Amino acid sequence: MEKQIDYVKIERAEKIRERVLKTVTYAALSFWALVVLFPFYWMVLTSVKSYGSYNAEHIPRLFTLSPTLQNYVDAFTTVSLARYFTNTVIFTVVTTGVMLVVTVLAAYAFARLEFRGKNLLFTLFLSLMMIPNELVIITNYVTITDFDLRNSFAGLILPSVTSVFYIYLLKENFEQVPDQLYYAAKVDGTSDLKYLWKVMIPICRPTIITITILKAIECWNSYVWPRLITDDEAYFLVSNGIQEIRENGFGRENIPAMMAAVVVISVPLIVLFLIFRRMIMAGVSRGGTKG
Amino acid sequence: MKVVLQNLTKKFPGRDRKSRQEVVAVNHFSFEIPDGKLIGLLGPSGCGKSTTLNLLCGLLKPTEGRIFFGDDDVTELPPENRGVGMVFQNYALYPHLTVKQNILFPLQNLKGAQRPSKSEMLSRAQEAAKLVQIDELMERRPGELSGGQQQRVAIARALVKMPRILLMDEPLSNLDARLRLQTREEIRRIQRETGITTVFVTHDQDEAMSISDMIVVMDAGNIQQIGKPQEVYDDPVNLFVAKFLGTPPINVFRGRVQKNQLYIGQDAILDIQGVSDQEVTVGIRPEGFLLRKNGRLRCTLSGVEVMGRDISVVAAHPEGENSSVRAIISADSPVEVSGGEARFDVKPGKIFLFRRDTQERIYFQAE
Amino acid sequence: MEKRSMKSWLYLLPAILFLAVFMVYPLIDVFIYSTEEGYNFASQTYYGVGPYNYSYVLHDPYFLMALKNTFILVVITVPLSTILALLISTGLNSIRPLKELFQTVYFLPYVTNTLAVGLVFMILFKKTAYTDGFVNLILNWFGHSSIDFIDGPYWAKMFVLCLYTVWVVMPFKILILTSALASVNQEYYNAARVDGTSRFRIFMRITLPMISPTLVYLIITGFIGAFKAYSDAVALFGTDLNAAEMNTIVGYVYDMLYGNSGGYPSYASAAAIILFAIVLTITCINLLVSRKHVHYF
Repeated sequence: MEKQIDYVKIERAEKIRERVLKTVTYAALSFWALVVLFPFYWMVLTSVKSYGSYNAEHIPRLFTLSPTLQNYVDAFTTVSLARYFTNTVIFTVVTTGVMLVVTVLAAYAFARLEFRGKNLLFTLFLSLMMIPNELVIITNYVTITDFDLRNSFAGLILPSVTSVFYIYLLKENFEQVPDQLYYAAKVDGTSDLKYLWKVMIPICRPTIITITILKAIECWNSYVWPRLITDDEAYFLVSNGIQEIRENGFGRENIPAMMAAVVVISVPLIVLFLIFRRMIMAGVSRGGTKG
Repeated sequence: MKVVLQNLTKKFPGRDRKSRQEVVAVNHFSFEIPDGKLIGLLGPSGCGKSTTLNLLCGLLKPTEGRIFFGDDDVTELPPENRGVGMVFQNYALYPHLTVKQNILFPLQNLKGAQRPSKSEMLSRAQEAAKLVQIDELMERRPGELSGGQQQRVAIARALVKMPRILLMDEPLSNLDARLRLQTREEIRRIQRETGITTVFVTHDQDEAMSISDMIVVMDAGNIQQIGKPQEVYDDPVNLFVAKFLGTPPINVFRGRVQKNQLYIGQDAILDIQGVSDQEVTVGIRPEGFLLRKNGRLRCTLSGVEVMGRDISVVAAHPEGENSSVRAIISADSPVEVSGGEARFDVKPGKIFLFRRDTQERIYFQAE
Repeated sequence: MEKRSMKSWLYLLPAILFLAVFMVYPLIDVFIYSTEEGYNFASQTYYGVGPYNYSYVLHDPYFLMALKNTFILVVITVPLSTILALLISTGLNSIRPLKELFQTVYFLPYVTNTLAVGLVFMILFKKTAYTDGFVNLILNWFGHSSIDFIDGPYWAKMFVLCLYTVWVVMPFKILILTSALASVNQEYYNAARVDGTSRFRIFMRITLPMISPTLVYLIITGFIGAFKAYSDAVALFGTDLNAAEMNTIVGYVYDMLYGNSGGYPSYASAAAIILFAIVLTITCINLLVSRKHVHYF
């Protein structure tokens, strides 16, 4: 009988431990979620506070009862936010598009075609993956300056196109397409280019979408290269724009308008993320790094 | 250690979100496993046998009912306090640890007074390894071992803490056919030597029949029959059990009982007593046929396969549930077939009748 | 056959062109730049060849400050973010309800513009004439006096920089670790539970070894990323990082190239090569150390 009581105790202790652990886990996870979300909340909150009321708050208020959209109007009218925005869209679309063409062609050559020196060349390609951007950016800066391409889209886009890693990622994926499909297509007299377009790309669509999204995120957030290569406001991207706004726009202290600009800049990617959530997260875990 | 299952039930919430229909994986199981026996839980996949095993080891909590180990009620106990050893289907050997470290692992979990000294742990690990004959492989990693050797390591790891009960989930399913024969003998030997009450799960009736002291035949969450393998085979309680046990499987016919005669098609094949006139399902074991020149069951002959010791006569009958009827006949007896017809008489002990509706067994006396 | 070979090269041509012009040539060129002494950007002339640029950079107080800042940042954020991500991922894998919601929320910083959100951090921490800012409000609740985190004492600024860096790198680490943890076969955990293994021991003896390759990958990429820190600092402290005492090595490279003190590609090259050498060394050490502790299956 004594043994029975002992068991009851063990059971109860186990149950309590389980419950405590669950509670602690949820509390900790919620805390981190708060840490992540709070800056977003603060940015939206500040962006709807009026200039006057924001500056009157010596102790910041955690909510506002009189939201205003005036800051958004200011953000678009006082500074060239719309232009930064357009520039970034152009930059992102063109860079990503050219990157896709270059990457798909190269990956296809490495995966499917036979030519002399293929393995050697691919090894060289792979070794380029280890080269940090910081090393080559110096000469690129000089090159672009020498070609008189500063403050131009060509200067912004050209050095940002290549991504050895994406060629590698796509080549691996292309290689998983069974050889028989290629031979069958050849027997039917399909050209290489048509085979690539009609068979390979549709089959490998998830990978292609993944690298497209990753590249687009990278472009949207790029800061260093655009900063080096543009000093004319007409060619600023959003990152440079926001830095410009911070240092010279609005007069220094119009923080609500600044936050409105920040919201406008952040929203496209967040919306993109919420739509393609699974795809983006799967893509990043396969081939993403930050920066 | 005696194990008692009382009214044990496990329901899972349904997968289908719309209907939310609960799935009853284990439906009111009650049975007793005697001390020191080897028990096979046998059934097709999805019958609830693995759920039962997980309930026994404590990885799952029952919805209803109780489990007793000896006199202790262990129903609500977490697995670590139950004193069970478990061999998982894929062995779950930690790939980064050597065989020795794997076997030592459960001992190192013990705390306080229960924790043996280091040298004692080592000698117990050595002992367990010797029992399953892997004491030569102690320094290897699981990745360097064959499937059979991994299986032994898993058994040694389960035995080293001297469990009250040993549980095995499909212990032979990952081995090739030859190793399977060898390993099942091995399991039998180890169980005999240690005398630990052992429960294993399998879908392979051959496996269960050959080594178990007792089998529990299950289907769709319900116990169909419990007993010694031979008894269950000779005396199935329903059509499912009759069909599930035996290779080649039992031959099933549509038949009827009329005026104490059992008919299959137009042929009255057996005189029986004690069964009222009705449509029945007839099961005849392959070894229950006698090939006779003027046997009463007339079938169309399809072929004869000689398998060494036995001869297998393959025939067809319009009332047969399957396309072919298979009869196993001793190679000594002469096979006389002519005109594409095979005629059989049946051994009364090898023929079972079942109700058409419930598929329950109908008992009869043969003349 | 020749024709087919030609065609292959045609497919590769764009990639080769881009890489040759914007990667291979610059890679060679940067080493040449780094040895050209007294290079003048305007006239593109130099006096001679030698190690002077390296010597200059290594004696430049701004570079030394950048080096110090970068090392502090690396030493604090890499272990901190990895351990924190490990804890969060473990927690995340142990729950069922709300798991996807948490995962989505945690990933958000990955898709935000570092510069933009950095501004938000700045106003949260900044103390101005009008307001002490939100963080100081919390400090005051706990009875602490206000600190200017953006223009104030060195360690206050370093604290914000580390915090923001961790905030930025967490999504990637949580994502990778969560999927690594989820891919550990449940049977191992069941086996360990049946054997009465404590949660802590399961974590140390089973979980950690099982995900060790992923951990090493994260630590190596974490080191590389942290050594290249730059835009986080710009976001918080503005473009003049030397004045803010918050410059990083990469920041130093860019400042040398362009900006207030710019126009010296030779110094920039030397600094970039020093950075590359440091990162390479650390990565090699990481790989050597991890070889002893990592289990590949």
